[in-house]
Amino acid sequence: MASEKKLVKNLEVIKIQHTLVYYLTNTVDMIKINNLNFGYSKHKPLFKNMSMQLSNGHIYGLLGKNGAGKSSLLKNMAGLVYAQSGTLDVMGFNPAKRQPALLEQICFIPEEFYLPSVKISAYIKANAPFYKNFNHQYFGNLLKEFDIPVSQKLINMSYGQKKKVIIAFGLATQAKLIIMDEPTNGLDIPSKAQFRKIMASAMTDDRCIIISTHQVRDLDNLIDTVIMLDENDVALKASVQEITEKLTFKKVKEVDDSIIYAEPSLSGYNAVMPNYHQEESKLDMELLFNAILAEKIKFKPLFN
Amino acid sequence: MEFRDNKAIYLQIAEYVCEHILLGKWKADEKVPSVRELAVELEVNPNTIMRTYELLQNKNIINNKRGIGFFVAENAIEGVKSYKKVQFMDDELPVVFRNIYLLNIGFDELKTKYETFVKENFNA
Repeated sequence: MASEKKLVKNLEVIKIQHTLVYYLTNTVDMIKINNLNFGYSKHKPLFKNMSMQLSNGHIYGLLGKNGAGKSSLLKNMAGLVYAQSGTLDVMGFNPAKRQPALLEQICFIPEEFYLPSVKISAYIKANAPFYKNFNHQYFGNLLKEFDIPVSQKLINMSYGQKKKVIIAFGLATQAKLIIMDEPTNGLDIPSKAQFRKIMASAMTDDRCIIISTHQVRDLDNLIDTVIMLDENDVALKASVQEITEKLTFKKVKEVDDSIIYAEPSLSGYNAVMPNYHQEESKLDMELLFNAILAEKIKFKPLFN
Repeated sequence: MEFRDNKAIYLQIAEYVCEHILLGKWKADEKVPSVRELAVELEVNPNTIMRTYELLQNKNIINNKRGIGFFVAENAIEGVKSYKKVQFMDDELPVVFRNIYLLNIGFDELKTKYETFVKENFNA
């Protein structure tokens, strides 16, 4: 009997390992969200029948107004809150079950966090063993790059320094799914540049990186796919390439009918319009964000 | 590198690479920075660099040696020149033409100006 149980358990382990190997060696949808319904109370749904797929080899930028549900979506992916109905599949697992085999592949950097009153060495001793691929040398390099005083107690560090410690820890776990909620909040100007460099080097083909942000100018050259949440659903999910093939962003002197949305600027208007002449303009993420909020209906036919 | 607002990032990076080649900083048959190295240096998504390198490969400016990396092509300078010429003809010349037309500037006047400019700047 005992050996039979052990065999079943071994088979479980093998199954989990196979699932992971599959997800880590192919370009696949690492996250599959199907008809997700979620809300903190029954009467106030946050997501209604939301569906979307996210694959490895990308840095997704998650945008949305305050309260649009960016953090809640990220928490759903990390298994910190549960769907009311629908399914959420992360690398073949249901994150709500919080299986260690999945959790060690998720690096979740929340916007608000708590760090205990210990030194970094003690923190690592207590937490790194949960991640079998934890890379101590890489962690050390990241701390050096971020200029962290390693002998200081975590609790005595500034918010920005603490944030850099957990970012370094998260990346050193070598997790394949990296979820960051407003990672550049609290970082000073040189740290933001360091952060961009670190993320550019952390983006490998086997990883899926999702970053929510209001500070689009901090990150717009890092993001290759934009996900925008609005009105309980995904208002836009498109790669930067697709967006700039369909739309052009430019300065104009006057606003005419061809323009979908425009904002006054010093020398005229910053405008978004359909890309009639195959122009290759630079995506202005802030303008796109405002444009979608203001003219959602005009964008729908372009991206379906 | 400072990015401008008016052109796709991958094209601005292509210009950056072309400039390095024209200035002789990156020479024929030399290895160019890997996708990741350039992504880190310029703080952009590696997929963007990949798009730049694919474009430059199509223009015969760089080559991909499988498993080793990207190299400056043997005739890269000609490649850069013809790529930049197309860009000039398509993007910049129409703006100049428009002004020539609107301001009613004669071609003879332009020719004299052009010759003086070349003499003053390039001693040719």
